[in-house]
Amino acid sequence: MALLEIRDLHVGVEDREVIRGLDLNVNLGEVHAIMGPNGSGKSTLSHVIAGKPGYEITGGQILFRGENLLRTEPNERAAKGVFLAFQYPVEIPGVTTMNFLRAALNAQRKARDQQEFSTPEFLKRIREVAGSLNIPQDMLKRGVNVGFSGGEKKRNEILQMALFEPGLCILDEIDSGLDIDALRIVASGINTLRSPERAMIVITHYRRLLDHIMPDVVHVMSKGRIMKSAGKELALELEASGYAQFEDAA
Amino acid sequence: MVAVQETVERVKRIDVDQYRYGFETLIDSEKAPKGLSEAIVKFISQKKNEPAWMLQWRLEAYRRWLTMTEPTWARVDYPKIDFQDLYYYAAPKPKKSVSSLDEIDPEILKTYEKLGIPLREVAMLEGVEPKVGEEDPARRKIAVDAVFDSVSVATTFKAELKKAGVIFMPISEAIREHPELVQKYLGSVVPTSDNFHATLNSAVFSDGSFVYVPPGVRCPMELSTYFRINERNTGQFERTLIIADKGSYVSYLEGCTAPQRDENQLHAAVVELVALDDAEIKYSTVQNWYPGNSEGKGGIYNFVTKRGDCRGNNSKISWTQVETGSAITWKYPSCILRGDNSRGEFYSIAISNGFQQVDSGTKMIHLGKNTSSRIISKGIAAGKSQNTYRGLVTAHRKALGARNFTACDSLLIGDKCGAHTVPYIEAKNSSATFEHEATTSKISEDVLFYCIQRGLSEEEAVGLVVNGFVKQVLQKLPMEFAVEAQKLISTSLDGSVG
Ligand SMILES: Nc1ncnc2c1ncn2[C@@H]1O[C@H](COP(=O)(O)OP(=O)(O)OP(=O)(O)O)[C@@H](O)[C@H]1O
Ligand SMILES: [Mg+2]
Repeated sequence: MALLEIRDLHVGVEDREVIRGLDLNVNLGEVHAIMGPNGSGKSTLSHVIAGKPGYEITGGQILFRGENLLRTEPNERAAKGVFLAFQYPVEIPGVTTMNFLRAALNAQRKARDQQEFSTPEFLKRIREVAGSLNIPQDMLKRGVNVGFSGGEKKRNEILQMALFEPGLCILDEIDSGLDIDALRIVASGINTLRSPERAMIVITHYRRLLDHIMPDVVHVMSKGRIMKSAGKELALELEASGYAQFEDAA
Repeated sequence: MVAVQETVERVKRIDVDQYRYGFETLIDSEKAPKGLSEAIVKFISQKKNEPAWMLQWRLEAYRRWLTMTEPTWARVDYPKIDFQDLYYYAAPKPKKSVSSLDEIDPEILKTYEKLGIPLREVAMLEGVEPKVGEEDPARRKIAVDAVFDSVSVATTFKAELKKAGVIFMPISEAIREHPELVQKYLGSVVPTSDNFHATLNSAVFSDGSFVYVPPGVRCPMELSTYFRINERNTGQFERTLIIADKGSYVSYLEGCTAPQRDENQLHAAVVELVALDDAEIKYSTVQNWYPGNSEGKGGIYNFVTKRGDCRGNNSKISWTQVETGSAITWKYPSCILRGDNSRGEFYSIAISNGFQQVDSGTKMIHLGKNTSSRIISKGIAAGKSQNTYRGLVTAHRKALGARNFTACDSLLIGDKCGAHTVPYIEAKNSSATFEHEATTSKISEDVLFYCIQRGLSEEEAVGLVVNGFVKQVLQKLPMEFAVEAQKLISTSLDGSVG
């Protein structure tokens, strides 16, 4: 059974159809890359999977572990293991990263009927995870993403992914704005989390990240549809010839 | 945020219409008949065995009040109050004198227990001294002067305070026991002619707290009063007077909740603070009165005059307030910076939800040289509420080198509420430096969704974002209060989303 199964999905935003009959199957243990021109609907797709309000689902369905995800509240989706690393992570002034992560992790655990982490348990866990991603402790004491550089924000997304251990990780342009070293750290963070218990969807514009994480499948998305799916070599092909051929087809 | 989880559970439990503190205590009370007249003023004064000068003072205020009209400049809207349709005096039936807990009506004690507030200090309140080594050092002592309806029924810690020379007692007692202090300072900050509500208070004030800290004394504990309105239709007219003599320090906490009712309740308190040379007063309030039901019915009308006088050089007065309750709030804790190098501070969190109307802010009046003031105001409007910050900063022509910094931030939740900022700034000399910053923002959908995607419910997300927004002010509250306030803040935003 597929971990994520999207069938003939149609999504409208402000009276415009942005996803236009999209099918996608992601199995446990797989890493899928989605590439595609600006405005093709990649972020929209990730938002709809995570349950962001403001989109009109006009057709199709999304199943997660066989369950109808579209009928599940967004915070319940998170507790069930849907994680989205945002293309543009927001800032939350006055709320330290540490407190935010603890509140979120415990909310998820509570929803799963798991014991909430005590302060010492949480601190131990967050130190381990932050250490493995080269994230300094004082960053955790700052307001969530407040004054973080673009690269730091992205690393903070990976930190959360590592902390929550979700079943499905959707990474929306996690590589944008990263310097070479940060890219390596983020990629290795992703690779560490790669597991037969988990699947990932990596949205990117660049082959660079894919060189590090070696996806199982690469999809090309254009105008709200998956136009082509193939192995990693598709990324190379796109880099050479661009998206024009797919846009014509759409 | 540690308290967030708990906070959110409370949010879920508590519904605007099931106001948690909306219960009534069944105790007989002694009431004056409805309405206001010289006879009623005399009745109140008599009830309290007041000396003749006090009655005179009240009567003068009453006559003055008859010539005044209710102010209308605030951005609040309410049906006309019929001042003849209110009770001006109610007291729990007196048992002898109350010197120990046993003598207090158990019903009253139960009320406090339900409020879950001062009885956290039960042992101390009961005079049970903690055994050596058992005392939790993190837990600072709090002396509670409980104002129940109009009469203070319990005053604790008297002995320890007495040792330090601090006078902390109901003002009705102070009038009898320390007339020289009361006569010297009462009305010296807020004169009887000050404004309609304060003048009314001067005529009919029922009780309140009196604090005097002698020269050079650092008050050994936080002083605290919990107010509670309990009588149907009883206007509450608290009067508080705090004097910090030269080189002294005192921190005073005020908090209150009120039972649910249909009729609107009027509250017109007056608080006067006097800081002499090198003295410091820190006054913190958490205000959580019944705000009215989900249709905007009922709720407390809160017209408060709070003013501090930095009378001495190098003195300091700091107001911190968390305002979440009341149907109408009309309140401007202010500082008169008279002494050279004196300093005034105002830290405020004002939250409005449902149909609440808040018009609050401060006045910083710079009179002395090198005086400085700081205003940090955080207004949060949700539901169909209106939230106005009104602030006045002035520098007298002799106030050379006066400095003020004002930061005034408003946060809107939803699109049916309003936030307004009305700053008045006037400098009569060119050496004054006034800085003013103001922002208004909405809780953004993107921020909420970010939190929700991480597993938080919408209420939890709002609670988190709001607590972050007000953090700078929360930090100014004494610790115990900060925790309570944090819970209260999320509680009061119940039903503001979705
Ligand atoms: N809230 C919105 N209101 C109006 N249009 C929207 C909204 N959200 C998305 N769109 C439109 O939907 C289309 C898809 O946007 P989306 O952000 O999903 O693209 P993308 O593939 O992620 O692009 P990029 O590579 O630039 O990140 C775009 O044309 C965009 O303008
Ligand atoms: Mg995008």
